[in-house]
This record gives sequence, C-alpha cells and structure tokens, in this order.
Amino acid sequence: MVIFMKKSMQLYIHIPFCVKKCAYCDFLSFAADEKIQDAYIAALQKELDFYGSKYSDRYISTIFIGGGTPSWLNEGSMASIMDCVYRNFEVATDAEITIECNPGTVSDAKFIVYKEIGINRLSIGLQSANDEELKILGRIHTFEQFLRTYDKARHHGFYNINVDLMSALPGQSPEGFISSLKKVVRLKPEHISAYSLIIEEGTPFYDKYQKDVKLREAGCKTTMLPTEEEEYQTTKWTQELLQEKGYHWYEISNFAKPGKECRHNIGYWKRADYLGVGLGAASLIDNVRYANTRDIYAYIDCPEKATLQERMYGWNAVESREVLSRDAQMEEFMFLGLRMIDGFHREEFEKSFGVAIEGVYGTELKRLQQEELLLQKEGRIRLTEKGIDVSNYALSQFLLS
Amino acid sequence: MSIDQSKIRNFCIIAHIDHGKSTLADRIIEHTGTLTSREMQAQVLDNMDLERERGITIKSQAVRIIYKAKDGEEYIFNLIDTPGHVDFNYEVSRSLAACDGAILVVDAAQGVEAQTLANVYLALDHDLDVMPVINKIDLPSAMPDEVAQEIEDVIGIEAMDAPRISAKTGLNIEDVLEQIVNKIPSPTGDADAPLKALIFDALYDSYKGVIVFCRIKEGTVKVGDKIKMMATGASSEVTEVGYFGAGQFISCDELSAGMVGYICASIKNVRDTQVGDTVTNANKPCTEALPGYKKVNPMVYCGIYPADSAKYPDLRDALEKLQINDASLHFEPETSLALGFGFRCGFLGLLHLEIIQERLEREFDLDLVTTAPSVIYRVHKMDGEMIELTNPSNLPDPTEIEYMEEPIVSAEIMVTKDYVGSIMTLCQERRGVYISMEYLDANRALLKYDLPLNEIIYDFFDALKSRSRGYASFDYELKGYERSELVKLDILINREQMDALSFIVFRDNAYERGRRMCERLKEEIPRHLFEIPIQAAVGGKIIARETVKAMRKDVLAKCYGGDISRKRKLLEKQKEGKKRMRQVGNVEIPQEAFMSVLKLDED
Repeated sequence: MVIFMKKSMQLYIHIPFCVKKCAYCDFLSFAADEKIQDAYIAALQKELDFYGSKYSDRYISTIFIGGGTPSWLNEGSMASIMDCVYRNFEVATDAEITIECNPGTVSDAKFIVYKEIGINRLSIGLQSANDEELKILGRIHTFEQFLRTYDKARHHGFYNINVDLMSALPGQSPEGFISSLKKVVRLKPEHISAYSLIIEEGTPFYDKYQKDVKLREAGCKTTMLPTEEEEYQTTKWTQELLQEKGYHWYEISNFAKPGKECRHNIGYWKRADYLGVGLGAASLIDNVRYANTRDIYAYIDCPEKATLQERMYGWNAVESREVLSRDAQMEEFMFLGLRMIDGFHREEFEKSFGVAIEGVYGTELKRLQQEELLLQKEGRIRLTEKGIDVSNYALSQFLLS
Repeated sequence: MSIDQSKIRNFCIIAHIDHGKSTLADRIIEHTGTLTSREMQAQVLDNMDLERERGITIKSQAVRIIYKAKDGEEYIFNLIDTPGHVDFNYEVSRSLAACDGAILVVDAAQGVEAQTLANVYLALDHDLDVMPVINKIDLPSAMPDEVAQEIEDVIGIEAMDAPRISAKTGLNIEDVLEQIVNKIPSPTGDADAPLKALIFDALYDSYKGVIVFCRIKEGTVKVGDKIKMMATGASSEVTEVGYFGAGQFISCDELSAGMVGYICASIKNVRDTQVGDTVTNANKPCTEALPGYKKVNPMVYCGIYPADSAKYPDLRDALEKLQINDASLHFEPETSLALGFGFRCGFLGLLHLEIIQERLEREFDLDLVTTAPSVIYRVHKMDGEMIELTNPSNLPDPTEIEYMEEPIVSAEIMVTKDYVGSIMTLCQERRGVYISMEYLDANRALLKYDLPLNEIIYDFFDALKSRSRGYASFDYELKGYERSELVKLDILINREQMDALSFIVFRDNAYERGRRMCERLKEEIPRHLFEIPIQAAVGGKIIARETVKAMRKDVLAKCYGGDISRKRKLLEKQKEGKKRMRQVGNVEIPQEAFMSVLKLDED
C-alpha cells in the first residue's frame, strides 16, 4: 500500500474593497462599485482554479480572508468564493478559517452563510472603544455598533473571535487606551490584537501628523500623537492587563486564550508555505516569494490575456518573484521567528540551514545578549521584554548584507 | 609647418560671476564653426559635471578656434576660459599668464561689479590689453551707454566702441571677433630660441600620463624632444604635442613660440609636474625660468577622512591627482581619535573646499567625512615659540599660551542702498570693524569692513545673500593678523572628548556657540539604547549640555497578509542608517555631525 502524504499550505484571500478608506490606512483597499466587485470575484475564481490544479499535491491548513473589508461583500459572493476554494483544494477538516469583519457591515444573513461555508473564526476591526477616536480615525462605525455585531456573532455560534485594537492614536493617553482595552476584555474575546498606530506615508494622517512623528522619533514632546514614553507605558500596561486576564502573549502584538492563538499568522512567523490570491496578494512557496499586481484593472483583465509562457511562474497576475537566497532565508527566519514571544529553538535553525546558529549570527547574538535584548535558555532563543520594546533595532541586526 | 605669429591671438575672457563669460565663449566657438551646433552642448568649456550643475567655471579650459576675418585672412584664436569666483583668483591668474589680451564682459544691466574690478586689475598686472564687451543688451533693464560710461569712469579704459552684444541670442558676436583681431596683440617670441614654455594647467590621463597645458613663450617643441621641468628637474621624452579642439585634444607636429597647446611625455609621477613651472629642452635649455605664479597660500583648513578607513590610500592618490592642476590645494596626513587616518587639507576658501570635496566624491567615488573648517591661528607661546595652528585639536595647553592671533580680512561689500542697514548689522554680528562707506551712485554703496576670517568662512556668503536678497557682492583680501581673545571649544559625547569636533571660537561667543552646538548634535545623533550626554567645554569647564534620550520603544507595524517585503525594507533602512555612522566608543555618530559647526547659524 502506498501512503501518499500531502504537504500543507495556507491560503490567503484578499478582498480589497471598503465602504470608505480610513484616514490612517495604507493597505491595498478602496471603495468600488458592484460591477468591479463582480469582475474581481470572477478573476479571483479563475486564479483559484489555476492554483487548485497547480497545487493538487497540497492540502490547505488555514484560510484567512482579509482586506479591505471582506464582510462588506454580499453573502452570495462570499459563498461563491469559498465554493471555489472547496472545489479546487483539499481543505483540512480542522482548518482554521478566518474572515475579517468590520462592525456595521455584517447582517444575520451573512453570519448564517459564513457558518455554512465553514468559516470558524472572525477578526473584528474595532480599533477603539471610544467614539471620538473612531471618528478621528475615519471609521464608519461606533462602539455601540461593534457591540451589536459582536453579540450577533456569538449568537450565531462563533466562538473564536479576534478584536483588533489600535493604540497611540492622536490625543490618546495611556489611560484612554487601557479603558478601551478593558471594555473589550469584559466581552472575553478569544484573541486580541493590540497594535500601535503607525503613521504611514501617503495617508491623510501622514500629512496631518508627520511633524509629530519626527518629534517622537527624536524623543521630543509631541503636539497630538502620544510621546514615545506614553507609548511605552501603554504597551507595558497592555501586556500586564491581558496576561492577568488569562491571555497568552504569544507574539509582539498578539494575545490569545490558550489554544486560540491564530494559526494562520503563526504560519507567517514560522515561514510556513502560503498561497496568496487576489489583488496584491503575497505568497511564499518553497522559499520563493511571489506578489500579485496591485493594479485592479490589470488583475481583472489578466485571465483573458494569459498565455502559457506568461504563466511560467504561476498565475499571470504575479508581478514579482524572488527566489530567496540562503542568506535571505536565514534573515527571515530570525526577524520573523523572533516576533514570537517564545522565539525558536536553536535546533530549528540548525535543521533548516545545516549550520549552528552561532556560525552565522555569533557576534549578533552575543552583542544583543550583552545589551540585554535577547535571551538564550534551554536551547530556545527569544527577545527579552526590552528587546521587544525596541524590536526594530534588535531585528535589524540579523540582516546579513 | 610653421604658423605666422601675427595670425595668432591668445586671449581669455574675464567677468564678474554671472555676467555671461561662458556663454560668450560658447557663442564664439559656435560662430566660428569650431563645433557644429549638434555637437554644441550649452557651455562647452565647462566640461566638468560639477561646473555645469553649478553654472560656474572652476578649472580653466582652453580651445583653439580658426576665424576668417573681414580682411580675408585666417586667424588662430586660443581662447582660455577663466573662473569668476573670488576663491579662484589663483586660477584666473594662471590663465592670464598664458594670454596676451583679455575680453572683459560687463553685464549691461548690472554694470561694473566687485569682481569686474578685481579681474581687470589682475589682467593689468599681467600686462594684458583689456577689451571691454557689453553683454545682455537684450535685457529690458539694459543700459549699455551708461555702462560704457561707467567702465571708462571706474576702470579707466576706453569703452565707447565696445561691442554691445547678447551672448545668449548671438547678437553682434561678429563685432567681438573683429575686435579680437584688431585690438588683441599677437604674441611675440623667437621660435628658434631655446624652449621656454609656461605650464598653466595639467591633467592626469591614465593612458598618456600627465598632460601638460602650456603657452610656448620662446622656441619650439616637437615629438622626440627631450624636455625638462625647470623647478622639479624631471625630464622625459615628448610623445605627443597638440592643441585644444573644443572638448578634445588634437595632435600636431610641433608647437612654436606664441602658441598654446599641450605636451605629453609619459610623465607618470604627478609630483614631477607643477603648474607655473617652466618647460625647456633638456639638450638646449634656456638660461632662466619664467617668473611663474605668485604662490598662493591656503586660508582655510579642514580634516578630510575616508568614511571607510580602508580607502585611505585611495584618498591620498585622489588628492595627489587633484593637486597636479590645483597647486593651491595643500594636504598632509593627520590622525583623529574619532575618525582614524585622514588628511588635513588647506583651501583658498570655502567654495574651493566644497569643490574639492565634491570632486573627490564624484570623480574618485570616495565617501568622505569632513570636519569643520578652520582658519590658521597664530599661537604665541610663553617660551617665545610661535605656532601656526591649522587643526584646533593641536592647540597647546592654555597655560603655555601667552596670546593668540587670528587672520583679519579687508572686506568690500557692494550693496544696493535698501540693504545697507541689514548688511551693516550682519558685519557687526560677525565682529566686523567698520572702515568706510561710499555711495558709488544714487543706488549703490560700497561698504568696507575689517572682519575676522573665521567669521566669514562658514556661512557669510549665504547670510549676505539672504539679507540683501542677492543684491550684495563681496570681495576680501587678507589684511594681516590681530591679537584676539580666543578659546578652544571642546565637545564631549558620552563623556568622551571628540577631537574632530573641537573648534576655536572668540571667547565671548563660546557659551552661545557651545549651547547651539550641543543642540545641533542632539538633533544629529540618533537615539541609542542608553542615554547620551552631549557637553560643550572650555578649558575643562562644562558650559553647555544636552541629552540624547534612550530609545524606549520602536516596534514594527502589523504585518499584513504575509507581505513581509515592507517589513524587510524598514529593517534594511534602519540598518542602512548605521552605515553612515562612525562608531566612537559605544556611540554611533552620523558623518554629517562632524560638519555641525557649519550649521550653527541656520534657522
């Protein structure tokens, strides 16, 4: 008897549409009419068809439907996308299947369909429990609307819910954020993501707050954004509060009830193979990184234009393809792996690259330990709390070139 | 083939900066068909990238032009372009020595300016005939007749029949060419006498060795001759002679008295060739060398270090190569605790410094760290010894010093009357001593001040420009040394003294400068994982302090949909930033910080 073992792969599906773009957002998302949405879904299905046959030797371990606001799509469209996934791929029976939802875009009907099509995890973008702050961010919902969405989700049987929160908002004090956090903790979601707002170039926030960003970078007093000292306080309090409430701090910005850690995201940090479909989606398969075009019209038109030759590397929406060198793989292993609070075991490194970690990163590890940013214990290597605080600095040390 | 001396005209063009000297040169070249217009790129004589970008002429350039005059004869013009900026008077002087006459370009709207005068006097010093040309008559504000009158009144040369032209549009260029034939004298000199040629420039070519640019004063030189440099004594065999096409070398059989051209003699050692030296025939030498040039001494010094210490030998080679045609550049090795091995370099002025720095970076692909410029101070010690101090960190202990002197310049500032007040304030702020003021006409005043050189080397030009909205022009010459109350300001970073950041300052300004220096460095030095004190001290006493706070939080944003490329870019940027840093002790200092003292008067 031949035992045929399929390799696993994660699947990311990008839905770039939003009711309205938020003032801080620089993700690939925008408002679009129904005609474009339909054309997009059709293109997406063709892409899924293509990869379904290309990766028939794989099974899907997790699915993440992100955006944009995937919950804005009507339930019929979402069902057709998932049908297409099931038609083309073997999805593990225990697969974690997440969809991102924004308060105010989900109805009973949608939740019912989500359940039917196998979605078992929701990630709700709340960002703040303070309506004033939601307004500043340009969000389309209030806290009250979030509560209704949350209740509805529970009512429909979703028992794996993440709530996204954002700190370091303009005018927000550490106490202000903690009060938002407490309101969320009371609801006992299984997972909480707590990110700091990053002011990204090309967003309305950048035009408004770039001066403050420079001041903050220099460690100076700011006018609207919290100072670095306040941000530091916020993250410390967040870490304390959530751990006290029984959440497991497993990644720099992520907390979960034990066993509810997001398997899909952990895959990114551990460099599992993943296939990204949709506009601008990124993939990592067998140490090759791919990214799709970010041009919506090019993406929609792309199936018609496809020729076999253009498909040499995959679906012809692929715009960039990088075969990772051994150095690049090692760099990624380090700066992604160390985002996990538990870090990694030195044997994992050795197994992946055939050399002891000291042979590659001896001086960096030594220096970071001297600076008390990194810890080695029982073969595990991880950042210290101080190292997590300044993780940009710590992680950049592992770039080899 | 011998050339009739009476058909040769060797001349240069002199002008105040921006009066259109290089444009006129272009037009002459174009008009005589030396280049077809397709070959013509704006300002062909300024062939260094840097010159074109800045619109100024740094190195002198030469070109040979054939002109068929109205008398039916063909003439050979050797046109030598000259720089206009005060820092490069030395270069001007070199070009003039190769000429018999000079075209003086005066802007029909601006009239006679400070540099117009300075250049005319230089030309007259070299016994050149000066032929005025009034340019930019196409401007609405042009007043050619008034300007002609002004030239006669202020300079005292005949100007009524000066060609009135527009070099930009090409109007009346023919007049200029005809006057060159009629007004510039032809060269003299005996083609059969022993060779006597003045080196007015040189260039290093990796195939041909040193290419010597010279004016043959007496005698003849041809391939196969054995030549000798009179000052250095080096001799070698001539492999090629020729003249200058526009932007290219054209070889010929021989160069004889009166001609301008180049000589190649496989000279590999750049130190064998000195601009200003006389070339003669080794077998039939002339009795005495030409007078050469007045030796010019550097006024401003700074330390230049390779950013990558392994590039030290490359930096030395580069400086040597630049020095062969820029004798005013001085350098000697020095070491710094903070910066390692480098050179203390001397320059004619700040623009000269900047040009050299940029040429090193561009032409030799070097990454440099430059320390703050300093003038030469005279330190009189208790034991009677006098030291000429070019590097502040070499200042002896204060107890050994009896007194110090600093260089003072006589400055002339021409300014329109609306800005007299603000320029006088500026001069006061820079410790200037008022000498006189006279009105040149109803609108323009000439201010004379004595100013300490160390007050003008940093940013005086910029301050002058901004406070007069560009209407002031400035010229200075060294007056002498005067006793002054000077102290050395030291900078300590993380309690370690940074020798490369020390500078000499007037005692009463020490506190203010120290305070601003600390503020400036606080902005330049990135935050570390620990707190870094920055202190300014005079004689061991701390007079100012700032602190670079420790970095507390620096975390990446959300990683979205597995797109890690942005994360990597951010980390790369963070790491890249470190490459531009100098590690001193356990502090990383950006290279720009070593120039901080230059920026003290900004904002």
